[in-house]
Amino acid sequence: MINIWEVEETNKMIEQENLDVRTITLGISLMDCIDSDLEQLNKKIYDKITTTAKDLVSVGEQIEKEYCIPIVNKRISVTPIALVGSAACKTPEDFVTIAKTLDRAAKEVGVNFLGGYSALVSKGMTRGEELLIRSIPQALAQTDVVCSSVNVGSTKTGINMDAVRLMGEMITATAEATKDKAVNGCAKLVVFCNAPDDNPFMAGAFHGVTEADAIINVGVSGPGVMRTALTKVRGENFEVLCETIKKTAFKITRVGQLVAQEASRRLGIPFGIIDLSLAPTPAIGDSVADILQEIGLEYAGAPGTTAALAMLNDQVKKGGVMASSYVGGLSGAFIPVSEDQGMINAATVGALTVEKLEAMTCVCSVGLDMIAIPGDTKPTTIAGIIADEMAIGMVNQKTTAARLIPCPGKQVGDTVEFGGLLGHAPVMPVNPYSCDAFVNRTGRIPAPIHSFKN
Amino acid sequence: MENANNKTIITVLGHDTVGIIAKVCTYLAENNINVLDISQTIVSGYFNMMMIVDMTGAKVPFADCAAALEQLGEQIGVAIKCQKEEIFEKMHRI
Repeated sequence: MINIWEVEETNKMIEQENLDVRTITLGISLMDCIDSDLEQLNKKIYDKITTTAKDLVSVGEQIEKEYCIPIVNKRISVTPIALVGSAACKTPEDFVTIAKTLDRAAKEVGVNFLGGYSALVSKGMTRGEELLIRSIPQALAQTDVVCSSVNVGSTKTGINMDAVRLMGEMITATAEATKDKAVNGCAKLVVFCNAPDDNPFMAGAFHGVTEADAIINVGVSGPGVMRTALTKVRGENFEVLCETIKKTAFKITRVGQLVAQEASRRLGIPFGIIDLSLAPTPAIGDSVADILQEIGLEYAGAPGTTAALAMLNDQVKKGGVMASSYVGGLSGAFIPVSEDQGMINAATVGALTVEKLEAMTCVCSVGLDMIAIPGDTKPTTIAGIIADEMAIGMVNQKTTAARLIPCPGKQVGDTVEFGGLLGHAPVMPVNPYSCDAFVNRTGRIPAPIHSFKN
Repeated sequence: MENANNKTIITVLGHDTVGIIAKVCTYLAENNINVLDISQTIVSGYFNMMMIVDMTGAKVPFADCAAALEQLGEQIGVAIKCQKEEIFEKMHRI
């Protein structure tokens, strides 16, 4: 039987170390809503979402109460809208009407984000996909909770550089379109290489075409719990350190697994995956950078950071896979700058640069995340940064992403406030030299040699 | 729909005072909730108790019981929390 010390340990994690389930994300297929009539399409989308997800928030709250575990976010992901809307949408403005429908449906069921205003263009773009991409700045400016993602590359297809170049322009346009709303459009827009079909985390969640009609995916968290566990093994060797990380990851994941199974059972919707990610928040102590410091670095970004992060990520996965049979999504440690107080501190003192973050993304999920850059950064430079990040994902057969936030009117040294879970960030310097001639070449970068495995 | 496993963990945390266990147990008895196990410690004046109870025959649903005990805790000046047992089972048992 459970003893008092075990009960105390669990409750201490929840009450003092910010243990929570970060998100229950309900994936909904919109394939059966496709219609060549735009009005009909919007109606079907609204009805499907509000019917399928009507109990999501109340069931989430019920589970929270019964186990006294916070479930911070209840969210929805949908089939990439470029696929759903192509038959009906003839202009970017047509796509914006779908974004508004998604926003309305999400608010009706009470979720705080809805992902899937997306296009998968890793090899080429259809006309509909290009229209959707061109509609992103207005779609994000005219909605509150809709998130957008574009997959521009994969290990199997290479990198679609036409899409990369276009995304450089769209990120700049989104920043401009949402500059009065703390540039929040760019915080809701992510560019991927090797995007997973079952990621529960925003802004990159979408319901892949390989998925069932509806599915429950759960994202766990717990950087605070990990850091506290590591304070007890200061000075110990790597074996002890790794054992501690694995055991802690196991415990965190089991809670996620319980919540996922319960949500699935009560909603009558199949359970998909658990995403084992250490996802930080701006709350004090809920930081991946703090874990790296606890492992022995003065600041995240100091020499040794990439090695420490590689080890942390690997041990989290090793502990987590024991705790759940279905692990998927991104699964690793997130290193968003603005959402992690330790990362903010490291960037502010100059320990952490965009280049070091890029190196860190070689060994962790997911990528260059929530990085504020000067507002006058050229679209081609943004495209160049994206291309670098996509190349890391393509060659290493992993998911990488870029969520860059050019801040209009801001310079290096300024601070930008995004609010809430998105936090705040210092504007970081970007390499000033040009990559125009490279980015302006058309076509795609071929798939790497090791992708030919047949 | 609630889970078929009806074991619930009740924890009580706060300053030690006369009659904490009596008051909690009175509420449980009145609502036909069976106590399976009790353990407690006192660390530097702080009272820390855990009860494992079976709610199979309970007259009230889980949510009402949790709310009533929380309110009772406020009256006594301690924090009372009800949680389904599975969260601890999952975390601490393979």
